Amino acid sequence: MTSPLEQKIRITGPVVVTANRVGDGAVVYRRADGGWTTQLASAAVATSASTARDLIKEAAADDLRAVGPYIAPVKLTAAGELRPGNLREAIRLGGPTIELPVTFGI
Amino acid sequence: MYIYDAFDRTLVAERVAEFRDQVARRLSGELTEEEFKPLRLMNGVYLQLHAYMLRIAIPYGTLSSDQLRKLAYVARKYDRGYGHFTTRQNIQFHWIKLEELPDAMAALAESGMHGMQTSGNCVRNLTTDQWAGVAPDELEDPRIWAELIRQHVTLHPEFSFMPRKFKIAVGSSHHDRAALRIHDLALQLHRNGAGETGFEVMVGGGLGRTPFLAKTIKPFLPKRDVLSYVEAVLRTYNQFGRRDNIYKARIKILVHELGAEAFAKEVDAEWQSIKDGALALDPAAVSEISGRFIYPDYERLDGKPPQLGQARRADRRFDVWMDNAVADHKVPGYAIVTLSLKPEGGTPGDATAVQMDAIADLADRYSFGEIRVGHEQNLALPHVAKRDLPDLWRALDAIGVATPNVGLVSDIISCPGLDYCSLANARSIPIAQEITRRFSKLDLQRDLGRLHINISGCINACGHHHVGHIGILGVEKNGEEFYQITLGGKADSAAELGALIGPAVPYAKVADVVEDIAAAYLELREHPEELFIDTVRRIGVEPFRERVYAAR
Repeated sequence: MTSPLEQKIRITGPVVVTANRVGDGAVVYRRADGGWTTQLASAAVATSASTARDLIKEAAADDLRAVGPYIAPVKLTAAGELRPGNLREAIRLGGPTIELPVTFGI
Repeated sequence: MYIYDAFDRTLVAERVAEFRDQVARRLSGELTEEEFKPLRLMNGVYLQLHAYMLRIAIPYGTLSSDQLRKLAYVARKYDRGYGHFTTRQNIQFHWIKLEELPDAMAALAESGMHGMQTSGNCVRNLTTDQWAGVAPDELEDPRIWAELIRQHVTLHPEFSFMPRKFKIAVGSSHHDRAALRIHDLALQLHRNGAGETGFEVMVGGGLGRTPFLAKTIKPFLPKRDVLSYVEAVLRTYNQFGRRDNIYKARIKILVHELGAEAFAKEVDAEWQSIKDGALALDPAAVSEISGRFIYPDYERLDGKPPQLGQARRADRRFDVWMDNAVADHKVPGYAIVTLSLKPEGGTPGDATAVQMDAIADLADRYSFGEIRVGHEQNLALPHVAKRDLPDLWRALDAIGVATPNVGLVSDIISCPGLDYCSLANARSIPIAQEITRRFSKLDLQRDLGRLHINISGCINACGHHHVGHIGILGVEKNGEEFYQITLGGKADSAAELGALIGPAVPYAKVADVVEDIAAAYLELREHPEELFIDTVRRIGVEPFRERVYAAR
């Protein structure tokens, strides 16, 4: 698979860099200060290819804390809140769209 | 049950210790993800959307009650209280933490379970008929041969880095319950004209983006030659299979491009050089393995206990369940009971830790401590005395695994789809759930009869959509979930691939389309006994296409 650093970056809207945390696989987002957060609202948002490239480059170098970083689209609501940019990212953030078996009533 | 020996236990324990060290080195930063990934995959550890996933092999679908309890324990302690039984007789835990994986694996190892060869380009978990050893139409127990091959290919250095993964299934019954023709290599036991038992060898089956049904390359292989021939097939694939293109790397592509006859010639040339060597089977070695399969000490029982008839007459729900979920056993007075993991609105193949513990207890009480896992994502209790069926049914009903829908429209095979899987393009589970709600009336399901719906959330086809009577494949179009519908697929001994009925439909319309197809079948069948699949075969997909798309 092509490394994220070798991929051509095309940005059509705001994006964040996301990955999975090494220890437990949890979904994390790259913060502007170089850390990772599970809160999308705290993610660093890039609106240009060059900013996104910088973010992904730093994230990929942080292999000890997060796995498989990539650029993911986000949407900004009228109130300025960040939302996942597609269904896959919405599921990564919010969890499965189904009721898990343990709460299903069995 | 198969009794593992000290060699097996040592192998699994050593692997846990090795993986514990690898995880520690990954967490400390000594190993990069690039270095660690192939190591975790060798132990069945994937990284999915939300977490790591651990896939555990259940060789030939046979579980002891102790093993099922251990799975419940792992589900409860290290996951979120449930597990997902897959279409390859494995179980997956979807919320495992890497930090805790070595402990989870150590717990599994105590019961002889592991994730070795449930991932990677090696020979995967060997599968068979979940009714192996108890089916009345069986020639002999296929698990003996599956176990023999399993032992040979486990950590076999020559077959640990093949062009792609390699799936083997072994069958022994007239009715194929192991989906043999969709495997890379399938072995079907049968008897030849001289009365000898041997194997029909089929190669090159597989689904995914380029589906093929396996082709027979040897109609009859004597039993003594099974290991050498399997070795020859694997060597031929290892030598000629493509490694330059992951999409063309499976053996099905090699067999297709070379032609089955030419492939068979290559195998035969290899086989001739090894068939009389160390891999020629010594009957004593086979006896040793078959001797490790412990069969229950069955009682001599009445084949038709009077209390069973009385119970059926007294309770229609029990009577309906008996018709649906209980099958004949080869020993008089016993039955095979299928436990549906497909409740209305549930996730196909999921079982909670509470259910697993309860099923383990019921297996101890009613099924000689044994449970089976089928590729249809249901469980089975293989040795139930018929006199115990009323009590067992009440207990199963209380834990939600007695839905009498086995083989019916709501007994859906489904992959985890986009709700969990990082490869998926679309969701599978909510589609399955909605379909079960649309067909919630059991009388309607019974009227529709045998009807298999298989759903995959991407072209990799873990939900076997190509061989569903109704196949549903999730695709992504401009960021939206769409679903292609196929009709006429089947995975039995007369396996076929389904045919596409028309353009993909959006997420919200899939259940409507399935309802339209079901309604069309009820109109188009010649008589109530004509099964859905037979109607499709008789009239083709066009009449269904007209009805589905005319209204849209």
